Amino acid sequence: MIRKPGLAAAGLSAALCVATMTAPVTAETPKRGGTLTFMIPADAPPSFDGHRETTYATVHAVAPFYSVLIRVNPDNPSSTTEFVCDLCTEMPKPSDDGKTYTFKIRQGVKFHDGSLLTAADVAASWQEIVHPRDGLSSARESYFIMVDKVEAPDATTVVFRLKFATNAFLPSLADPFAWIYKKEILDKDPHWFEKNIMGSGPFKFAGDEIGQSIKGVRNPDYYHQGQPYLDGFIGIFAAKQAVRVDAIRADRAAIEFRGMPPSARDELVRELGDKITVQSSDWNCGNLVTPNHKKKPFDDVRVRRALALAIDSWHSAPALAKIATVHTVGGIVFPGSPLAASKEELEKLAGFWPDIGKSREEARRLLKEAGTDGLKFELMNRNVDQPYKYVGTWLIDEWSKIGLQVTQRVLPTGPFFDALRHGTFDVTVDFNCQSVVNPLMDIGKFLPHSVYAENYGGYDDQKEIELYQAVLHETDSTKQRAMIREFETYVLDTQAHMLMTPWWYRVIPYRSYVKGWKISPSHYVNQDLANVWLDK
Amino acid sequence: MYRYIVSRVLLVIPTLVGAAALVFVLMRLIPGDICVVRLGSGGGSVDPRAVAVCHAELGLDHPLIIQFLDFVWGFFRLDFGISMWSGKPVAEEIAARLPISLEIAVMATVVAILIAIPLGTISALKQNSWIDHVVRTTAIAGIATPSFWLGIVSILVVLDVSHALFGAPWMPPIDYVPFWQDPLRNLSMAVLPALTVGYRYAAVTMRMTRSAMLEVLREDYIRTARAKGLIERLIINRHALKNALLPVVTLIGIEFAFLIGGLVVTEQVFNLNGIGRLLVLAVQNQDYTLTQALVMLTVAIFVFANLAVDLLYAWLDPRIRLG
Repeated sequence: MIRKPGLAAAGLSAALCVATMTAPVTAETPKRGGTLTFMIPADAPPSFDGHRETTYATVHAVAPFYSVLIRVNPDNPSSTTEFVCDLCTEMPKPSDDGKTYTFKIRQGVKFHDGSLLTAADVAASWQEIVHPRDGLSSARESYFIMVDKVEAPDATTVVFRLKFATNAFLPSLADPFAWIYKKEILDKDPHWFEKNIMGSGPFKFAGDEIGQSIKGVRNPDYYHQGQPYLDGFIGIFAAKQAVRVDAIRADRAAIEFRGMPPSARDELVRELGDKITVQSSDWNCGNLVTPNHKKKPFDDVRVRRALALAIDSWHSAPALAKIATVHTVGGIVFPGSPLAASKEELEKLAGFWPDIGKSREEARRLLKEAGTDGLKFELMNRNVDQPYKYVGTWLIDEWSKIGLQVTQRVLPTGPFFDALRHGTFDVTVDFNCQSVVNPLMDIGKFLPHSVYAENYGGYDDQKEIELYQAVLHETDSTKQRAMIREFETYVLDTQAHMLMTPWWYRVIPYRSYVKGWKISPSHYVNQDLANVWLDK
Repeated sequence: MYRYIVSRVLLVIPTLVGAAALVFVLMRLIPGDICVVRLGSGGGSVDPRAVAVCHAELGLDHPLIIQFLDFVWGFFRLDFGISMWSGKPVAEEIAARLPISLEIAVMATVVAILIAIPLGTISALKQNSWIDHVVRTTAIAGIATPSFWLGIVSILVVLDVSHALFGAPWMPPIDYVPFWQDPLRNLSMAVLPALTVGYRYAAVTMRMTRSAMLEVLREDYIRTARAKGLIERLIINRHALKNALLPVVTLIGIEFAFLIGGLVVTEQVFNLNGIGRLLVLAVQNQDYTLTQALVMLTVAIFVFANLAVDLLYAWLDPRIRLG
């Protein structure tokens, strides 16, 4: 078995950082047939509608039934920059100074009811995602602020007209929830897809036992030559981790696609040896720390900087990685992205200084200067074990080293979000979990609430917004990278609006007979199962 | 007898209306809003206009009294409405979960009766003997051991033992198949949860059987039966056990009703898609319609289980005349 050593360093190249495996992936000839049984770590999706939902429970259960316009390359999903066509024939080159993208749509693609899929279906679906009609909600509308219009001038052409050119557009377009629905059904009843499934993807819907399982069978008319390899799949919902681990151990299921903690991986590898393969990757998710700027003394930048300076991520991350689903130290951009900060760049920011003694000395000085040495406060956290509670406990220990007295208030998910929305916390463990790596959109989390609704810091900062707008509109990658550094320095160091903790780490232990599936930095991505096969 | 049954059934109506009022009020006292939970499931802030549209769609913008009357009227027509969370009919949501919950409840009850009544009786007959001590210790262990813990341990034992014996770990199926579709798969899935739940159930029932038997065995009519030379087996079966079963039957009825919606953690341990898990989800999601329907279902089961117990009394003790 090959196992790459843990790398807890920021700004590593995508090739090094993104995915590691315990077994070499060699080009094997896929075998046909068999049914893949996999676990879905949830009770059930609230609905089947990808345009409306944000949960992996929906995407894991339903993505195999649908096609998308473009996607992250399923044969190289760890890449943060490689996008390929699914329903289109060729990735377009933008025209009109980067403001128009014209896609040619495959001909002969059939929906599962036998009708032909045309550009009108693609445009209608995208219209609902980008500009949903009144009374409908699109969970990703804010990702498409750059889109002006979506048009289908003929049966094989879809045109996206943008308000401004931006590098954020194509990664946004590769959203794994952006399923193509049949226009005729959408026109008749836009809510139809919440309770029904009818797509053009690699599998046809074969049944749903409410709250228990979902089944699909091979679509013989699938347009990607030879795929899918499986005869079908069964997704079993199980919210409890022990059930999922036991199920894989007993071969009641072969895989779970979200991610397991290191202890579960170790247990399966110990029990089953080479019958288990492990893929792991940095995860485009992370816990942040958000001080409530509306509460004293967190309105004082010196106090916020002190909180950051007390944290020793460089030395803590390797230890935390042994018990929690976190791994790599990084800045605001996903560590595998070309736009991410290098280790040298990070080391200049508060919270990343290489000399932790000096860093904590500065933290103490700032607290004293602000008249808050020996500060007592409450850290709010979410009642989720991995990695929230581990991260929270670690943070409290780190802060205790500069004399802060912090207690942790752990709340169930509902009250946790309620407290975030109402600002009833001192400092909170927050999170930023994104899908396709799209740094320009992903860093929106750091913007004030007036711009980004899921920011709960309670601050407004016009300079920060201006810095972000400049980054978003810049299309030259080199300049963009420099501008992101400026934004990052401003957010994490100058203002210390939010604090970073090590990025999450996705660990997928699975039965070795499952082949073809490759890990990506997001548990939402690459879930249509078209290239999965069973070596049984 | 007929009048008794009718009067008991009629008594069910105010009981159900009272329960309906209670659950209706309690659900609305819980802080939070299903529309906020639904629209902000990813943790995001929620547009108040979207919340208003959602309230209108779900009928939550109507006055509370109208909502309550809608709910009660729907209940008596057996129309539980639509789940506010999933948009599916509540009846469909419950129908998908009820069979597994009923099956586990029935199997656990059978397990409990098969274990508890013989052992409880023997324990009473052999009072203070080593048999009595063993039975009582087993019963106390059963009461003290949480079913879910026993469930976790039993799965691990099955996994480890099968791994050691056959070289590959085995565990029961984790997806439910109805009995009539695949009896073997169905039973292999249900047997472990039924045993683990049934053990605790048996323990409680065993102690009740023992104490009831001890009491009855000291009655004058038992002494008289023995004095007139009746054979011991007949005394135990016909005179002692039948009378001792009265409180045991009450206990079995209450426990059975509890099992339908009360196996929340056990259902999670065995990944059973049952009513208990659904109820927790419904409360978590603040799904008023589903929670109300599930609570009313549980109340109805309790009420009818108690009615059945009362009717059984007459059969067990002819001195009791109903009506």
